[in-house]
Amino acid sequence: MKEEEISTLYLSISGELDQHRAGEIIEEIREKIHCTLPKKLILDLQELTFSDSSGIALLLRVKRSMTQIEGELEIRNTQAQPEKLFRIAGLSSLLQS
Amino acid sequence: MKKPDNYVNFQFASKSSNESFARSAVAAFVAQLDPTLEELNDIKTAVSEAVTNAIVHGYPEEIGKISVKIRIFGSNLLELTVQDWGIGISDIEKARSPLFTTGNEERAGMGFTIMESFMDSLKVRSQEGKGTTVVLRRKFHRRHRP
Repeated sequence: MKEEEISTLYLSISGELDQHRAGEIIEEIREKIHCTLPKKLILDLQELTFSDSSGIALLLRVKRSMTQIEGELEIRNTQAQPEKLFRIAGLSSLLQS
Repeated sequence: MKKPDNYVNFQFASKSSNESFARSAVAAFVAQLDPTLEELNDIKTAVSEAVTNAIVHGYPEEIGKISVKIRIFGSNLLELTVQDWGIGISDIEKARSPLFTTGNEERAGMGFTIMESFMDSLKVRSQEGKGTTVVLRRKFHRRHRP
């Protein structure tokens, strides 16, 4: 069932993100994107206390999903540990300064 | 190298649900070095990458054994050894290069790059069919205490 298009989709990730959790979370986010086809996705990482490189793969796949529907991705409130990791991985342009 | 001043060894099954246990166990032991929050997070990140590599790449088709050894030398040198007895790595140089991965889409191919960025040194020994050992070292900066 295709839901109505919405302009902005708000999603958040909490806890620790590793390979054990990443697959399920990616699928959940992609499903929400494809059901709602938002013009913009705001991904709030305020409650994300830890991420390893699984989080890098997750952000790249979410970005790709949004690009495919010509939507925009905004990542908010990244905490210190994930922020350091994402910047080392070259994802600074995805993060809010 | 001289004998460690303190050490702990543990083993666990190569199940991804054990990744958070491995991070927490290492962080709990490393706490005695009085690390900053950033230092502790760096260690947890490197452990997560090393253990995930062993789970995903060491044992792609089966559940095997992973060993973690933590050794402390003096008051500020930490050595972490993560070992598996899985399929091994045929080309270590290629495996260490950024973005190379044989894993699924949940992997970014940056495990070794991140371990190198967050630790002072990284050594990888591997033999096809025998397994892989990753040795990570990090020196902690001592802070002045009142």
